[in-house]
Amino acid sequence: MNSASCAAKISTQPFSLNPTSPTSHDNPLVFPKPTSLFLGSTRKLRLSSSSKLNLHRRSGTVVAVSDVVKQKKSKSTPSLLITKEEGLELYEDVILGRAFEDMCAQMYYRGKMFGFVHLYNGQEAVSTGFIKLLKQQDSVVSTYRDHVHALSKGVPARAVMSELFGKTTGCCRGQGGSMHMFSREHNLLGGFAFIGEGIPVATGAAFTSKYKREILKEADCDHVTLAFFGDGTCNNGQFFECLNMAALWKLPIVFVVENNLWAIGMSHLRATSDPQIYKKGPAFGMPGIHVDGMDVLKVREVAKEAIGRARRGEGPTLVECETYRFRGHSLADPDELRDSAEKAYYAARDPITALKKYLIENSLASEADLKAIDKKIDEVVEDAVEFADESPVPSRSQLLENVFADPKGFGIGPDGRYRCEDPKFTEGTAHV
Amino acid sequence: MAAIFQGVGAAAALSSSPSNSFDSKKFVSSPLRKGASFAVVRSDGRVNLNPKGRRAQQLISNAVATKSDSAAASSSSKPGHELLLFEALQEGLEEEMERDLRVCVMGEDVGHYGGSYKVTKGLAKKFGDLRVLDTPIAENSFSGMGIGAAMTGLRPVVEGMNMGFLLLAFNQISNNCGMLHYTSGGQFTIPIVIRGPGGVGRQLGAEHSQRLESYFQSIPGIQMVACSTPYNAKGLMKAAIRSENPVILFEHVLLYNLKERIPDEDYICNLEEAEMVRPGEHVTILTYSRMRYHVMQAAKTLVNKGYDPEVIDIRSLKPFDLYTIGNSVKKTHRVLIVEECMRTGGIGASLIAAITENFNDYLDAPIMCLSSQDVPTPYAGTLEEVTVVQPAQIVTAVEQLCQ
Repeated sequence: MNSASCAAKISTQPFSLNPTSPTSHDNPLVFPKPTSLFLGSTRKLRLSSSSKLNLHRRSGTVVAVSDVVKQKKSKSTPSLLITKEEGLELYEDVILGRAFEDMCAQMYYRGKMFGFVHLYNGQEAVSTGFIKLLKQQDSVVSTYRDHVHALSKGVPARAVMSELFGKTTGCCRGQGGSMHMFSREHNLLGGFAFIGEGIPVATGAAFTSKYKREILKEADCDHVTLAFFGDGTCNNGQFFECLNMAALWKLPIVFVVENNLWAIGMSHLRATSDPQIYKKGPAFGMPGIHVDGMDVLKVREVAKEAIGRARRGEGPTLVECETYRFRGHSLADPDELRDSAEKAYYAARDPITALKKYLIENSLASEADLKAIDKKIDEVVEDAVEFADESPVPSRSQLLENVFADPKGFGIGPDGRYRCEDPKFTEGTAHV
Repeated sequence: MAAIFQGVGAAAALSSSPSNSFDSKKFVSSPLRKGASFAVVRSDGRVNLNPKGRRAQQLISNAVATKSDSAAASSSSKPGHELLLFEALQEGLEEEMERDLRVCVMGEDVGHYGGSYKVTKGLAKKFGDLRVLDTPIAENSFSGMGIGAAMTGLRPVVEGMNMGFLLLAFNQISNNCGMLHYTSGGQFTIPIVIRGPGGVGRQLGAEHSQRLESYFQSIPGIQMVACSTPYNAKGLMKAAIRSENPVILFEHVLLYNLKERIPDEDYICNLEEAEMVRPGEHVTILTYSRMRYHVMQAAKTLVNKGYDPEVIDIRSLKPFDLYTIGNSVKKTHRVLIVEECMRTGGIGASLIAAITENFNDYLDAPIMCLSSQDVPTPYAGTLEEVTVVQPAQIVTAVEQLCQ
């Protein structure tokens, strides 16, 4: 990977100076075009010297990726960031993410799925880079853009596609839909439609991990939770409240910001007084890292450190991934506001192209290997669609089943019996 | 109208005695256990058997009985111990925390301070700062944190320092607490208890005097209960903690110092059941929380005037115990609801709808509902007094209803 391009930037000190505000006080309605500030600025954000790497409070476990890469390249025998096996695993995951989302778009326009569907094309590096480092017992919390997080975490493509089709074989029995992917088996805690509301849930999962270790005496419990959310969420109160609590109690959580610069049609720069989100970490007492989110390997290096910190009980980390969504906010978004130059710039940094190039240039895989994976994934996705198509829709009987874990919660009816004992309850037609 | 006089001694004093709960168990459990029908003497003198007739009722064993019927017997054999309502809540919480390591408390000032109403006093010293967690002032986030913890295996009890503060947590309570079990297709349970004091206090001002039960009642997937005596406070607290469903427990700021003698042994109060406070024949008065005491005060006056009100503390605000309520309606044919919620969209409004839907044929008069005025609670004492229902109004209403 080209280490000269955007490197990771770490900030552990509170940002004391106000950066020059992009807004002019004379004419407050004039904002600069987003293309000018952020795209070129990746170079300005790069560390100028390694002395800045002296981390004052948190120990030097978090380092700039560019330095890691430089160190590795300076050894006499070139050592790579990944092994062949890891490389193929990562490639398969990013291809699955992309192929699945492309298929979703097709299926949506063919009327197989409805409502709000938010696709992840272009952001695969973040999901793959982070989630492939997790164990099954680690938890992931996402937002409405959750299909690929589910797939990376291990939820079968069939289950996700069925859920999107609203079938009973979906991971949530068809009751959740695109924005509510859950899997108990794979510890995917959702899937949330309102932005920011998943972050406290993730904080709770991290709290449970700490509780298990300290109160329930499960001494080896080092489960980590990852919370994924976007740039728009970073202006929401729940984000700040949870940064505070996670740092206060040193919870094993990593806050991963997928900064794709746009919250539907609201540019990050128009919505945020200080657009550099990673700098908000130190204000709460945790390291803040900025990383090139279009590069799987860079994300993975940063993720290793952040997840390692959490596992060792050193507390939370805030990671800002600069990334981009190639499609609109959702399939209903005409995507007219974004500048085509910006889109072209990021399309040129497609994470899949970059990873492929790395694997081939470093002889980790051949074209044939990668083509085989492409084909395999195509089959997986086709199979998922077939499975979803053939699956039954939920019957009426499913209506009342999961409202309460204990269905006595529907109460006692006029005849003295619990409503859930009414035979019509299991038919879904009971009066509750 | 056939007037049936009951003993004056049946009227309970302001501090409820355990005989109330003794009665409730005795009254409610026997018809169900034997599947008996009962005769309804209508106002024109005709006698109808219970139109539903006998039913072979296969009941879930704890549908009506609290943990053991021996609790009823025990109040006569064992003396029990006397305590205040907030101590009963604390006792319930402490017993559950001892019983199950996964039970934990989260809220503002619950730990070192012992809770703003002392419900968690001493618990942090006993169980540590992690199990009794002092949170920063971030209701939405720590409620959400409680939900996340519940999803991953803990059983948190989240305290809103004042129920009104939980308005800030509405996002989490509605979207996640109520709905996650469903949207996850039943994969995750949320065995959380959300509790706190609400209701109109003594000149606390509008924002500290809110009744959130009406706002939360539409949220699918949650249960709501309101405690009113030390006995049911402890019982409901324990039942709520043991329940797999998310439960919101409404306490009242003015009831924390009620004293009662409660059993020594372990007991719970069924979350879905109502409590018979005073059996009667003339009119059914449905109430909950603090208004129970205004009703009982009015009942004293009513009994002296020759009326025989049946008072039921509905306790379960969502769902309603339509069996206890229905039986009462079928007996008295007149219903008065006395609540502290606002008139619009309150618990009373829902209750009227439910009773009309199910028992319209048994009513001899339209249901009357006395609620608080649709007014932000004023600070001035004189004004505050007239925003809530007072015993005199209850007496007048019953007289009007029984004409």
